[in-house]
Amino acid sequence: MIKSQLNRPHRLLAVWRDERFLRLLGQIVFLAILAAFLGYLARNMLNNLRQQGIGLGFDFLPLTAGFDIGEHLIPYDRSQSYLRAFEVGLLNTALVASLGIFFATILGVFFGITRLSSNFLIQSIARAYIEFLRNMPLLVLLIFLYTGVFIQFPRVRQAITLPGPVLISNRGIAIPWGMPADTFPLFLRILGLGILLAIGTGLALTWLGRRTGRAPLVWLWGILIFIATAVVGWFALPSAPLNLDIPAVQGLRLAGGQQLSPEFMALLTGLVVYTSAFIADVVRSGIQAVAHGQVDAAKSLGMSGFHIMRLIVFPQALRVIVPPLTSQYLNLTKNSSLAVAIGYPELFHVAGTVNNQSGRAVEVIVLVMSIYLSISLLTSAFMNWYNRRVRFVER
Amino acid sequence: MTRKTFSLFSLVTIAAILVAACGGGATQAPQASGGEAQATPVVETVEVIRTVVVTVEAPVAAATPQVQIQVAQAPGFGETLKSVQARGNLICGVNGQLPGFSFLDPDGKYSGFDADFCRAIAAAIFGDPTKVEFRPTTTGERFTVLQTGEIDVLSRNTTWSLVRDTELGLNFTVTTFYDGQGIMVPKDSGLATLKDLEGGTICVQKGTTTELNLADVMATAGVSYTPAVFDDVNATYGAYAEGRCDAVTSDKSQLSSVAKGLLPDPDNHVILDLTLSKEPLGPVVRQGDDQWFDIVKWTIFATIAAEEYGVSSTNVDEMRSTSTNPEVKRLLGVEGDLGPKLGLTNDWAYNVIKQVGNYAEIYDHSLGENTPTYIPRGLNSLYKNGGILYSPPFR
Repeated sequence: MIKSQLNRPHRLLAVWRDERFLRLLGQIVFLAILAAFLGYLARNMLNNLRQQGIGLGFDFLPLTAGFDIGEHLIPYDRSQSYLRAFEVGLLNTALVASLGIFFATILGVFFGITRLSSNFLIQSIARAYIEFLRNMPLLVLLIFLYTGVFIQFPRVRQAITLPGPVLISNRGIAIPWGMPADTFPLFLRILGLGILLAIGTGLALTWLGRRTGRAPLVWLWGILIFIATAVVGWFALPSAPLNLDIPAVQGLRLAGGQQLSPEFMALLTGLVVYTSAFIADVVRSGIQAVAHGQVDAAKSLGMSGFHIMRLIVFPQALRVIVPPLTSQYLNLTKNSSLAVAIGYPELFHVAGTVNNQSGRAVEVIVLVMSIYLSISLLTSAFMNWYNRRVRFVER
Repeated sequence: MTRKTFSLFSLVTIAAILVAACGGGATQAPQASGGEAQATPVVETVEVIRTVVVTVEAPVAAATPQVQIQVAQAPGFGETLKSVQARGNLICGVNGQLPGFSFLDPDGKYSGFDADFCRAIAAAIFGDPTKVEFRPTTTGERFTVLQTGEIDVLSRNTTWSLVRDTELGLNFTVTTFYDGQGIMVPKDSGLATLKDLEGGTICVQKGTTTELNLADVMATAGVSYTPAVFDDVNATYGAYAEGRCDAVTSDKSQLSSVAKGLLPDPDNHVILDLTLSKEPLGPVVRQGDDQWFDIVKWTIFATIAAEEYGVSSTNVDEMRSTSTNPEVKRLLGVEGDLGPKLGLTNDWAYNVIKQVGNYAEIYDHSLGENTPTYIPRGLNSLYKNGGILYSPPFR
């Protein structure tokens, strides 16, 4: 009786003063305001578009694009559709991003390790490299590389010839390249077989290693077997699967070989060196996060410096490195859109042209945003999977 | 019991919030859109509020069509002239960065061919060419500022095309400058025809009609080339100057004026004797106000007719008192009532010629032989002199 009398006023008050209710109320109010605001924006936009006689929809994608794109990995000309132009841009983005991630990782790990070197000179060079690039806006770097380096090379007729031959001119760099011959598809199958053999050997060696307790050189043997298969396949085929195509100056342009335009080279170089500076710091912090006792313990076991790094420090450092490394990869991919300033036809550059020519600003931007979002989410998903794999290394 | 009160109360509260949110959305929309319509009568707003009070769902649906009608209403006959006269000056959209057409002088005044036509319109309305407010606009925003009524007339080297004339809610008045797309190459390159450009690289600005014309023309001629696409004027001509491209393409007027100002060695470049496309440039007005459309049209015709009859700013006073040509008398307001038919005073054309000049004077002032931006008159000569300028009769 007394209890209920005490509770009653408390419960009446609860409506106004119950924190849970107030929180709920706050959230509802916030959501309502947000929904009203977004609805207002959407309706405003639709009204404005309708008023200007502009429709909304992706029906423009199959229309003829009408413009040319300088670099394309898939066949493209002016009579193709806007959709095809988007694909060309997307593939260019994918190309520069994947090459960029590959080289930036190598360069970043290299500088991250040298940054911790006990050699003063090496360490100082690494530090200067990292500090210089980290404090430079990427856009400035890209424009410098483009206007200050890659289009300052000599004109085509006076192109620099390096052994190879590699031709360097302000129209781009041309390197010798293998052109697929008739037997190339067959050779690809042989390579596939090589990979299967290598994996098989690797699994067998791992199993053997577990049985005997000795560490077999799994990767070394796998790679050796793959290379051996490839070499045997190359010479066993009636004709070579790849023909060497040597670049040469031809009229107004460089012909043959693999052409790398100044825009592509400037973008790739800029993205690689810029991101590598950040990756270097990520790697350094990861290495430093491994407790010193671990290194001391390894030393006392008589391990060499290389073995300590490879077997003790690096596997544990990966745990710290992978999550921030993921965001660096995402940054690199997203930063490739800065190519718009130097004219490399990646996704955002092509989208800008499509927008101008078709007048479908909203749809184009929505499309570009969702493509970048998908690329980023895919990259994150892969890196998270990898992170879970390396996470169990400690504890 | 208390629990029930609580749930009931919270339900009511949530319902109240939702009602408020919807109501807020409904009243907000017409207010904001009303601002764009400029002249939303107060009566409209009152009516919307009233409907909101009555129901919750209905006003959202009901308000939208009302707003639509308001916004869709174009400025009616005579409204633009009335508002210009009430304001006391003409607001004229120009490029502002194109020497010879409209360019901000060191003394803070706009000079150039396009700017002078703004002055001519002001002279026709006010008898005073200084009553102009120049508004520099970019390629992207030029049509929007005219649609929304921020400017009265757009005089900004804008190409007249069917899509622009129909889809944008605008009217193209009279072509003041007949231009064509050209190709510029370095003199020492020895390039003279389209065929010579086989395999070459051509610099072009992104998202322009130029980019599309180039693709069309090259596809028709069967010449393969690589476009190097840049975002703005400076990047395009900068890359061309560095030798990134064999040639650069744009409107001939732009090639000769901007390029001459931007290239370090203007004398070493030639514009090829080729015309890739028709680019008729002229002032643009909003659709719906036919009186305003007529005023802008006939002001331009007055300058052309004045050149044809030999009336210029130096002899206009003399011609007004001595000329026996009835057409000249009507033009200068000595005979007839042409001015009032346009809603202007009878000496409107006299003011234009006296204060700004005839077409030849306007042309020579900005693009004549004694200017750094000299462009031969070519097509922009009177029909009597081999050009295509032709004014309908003043009667």
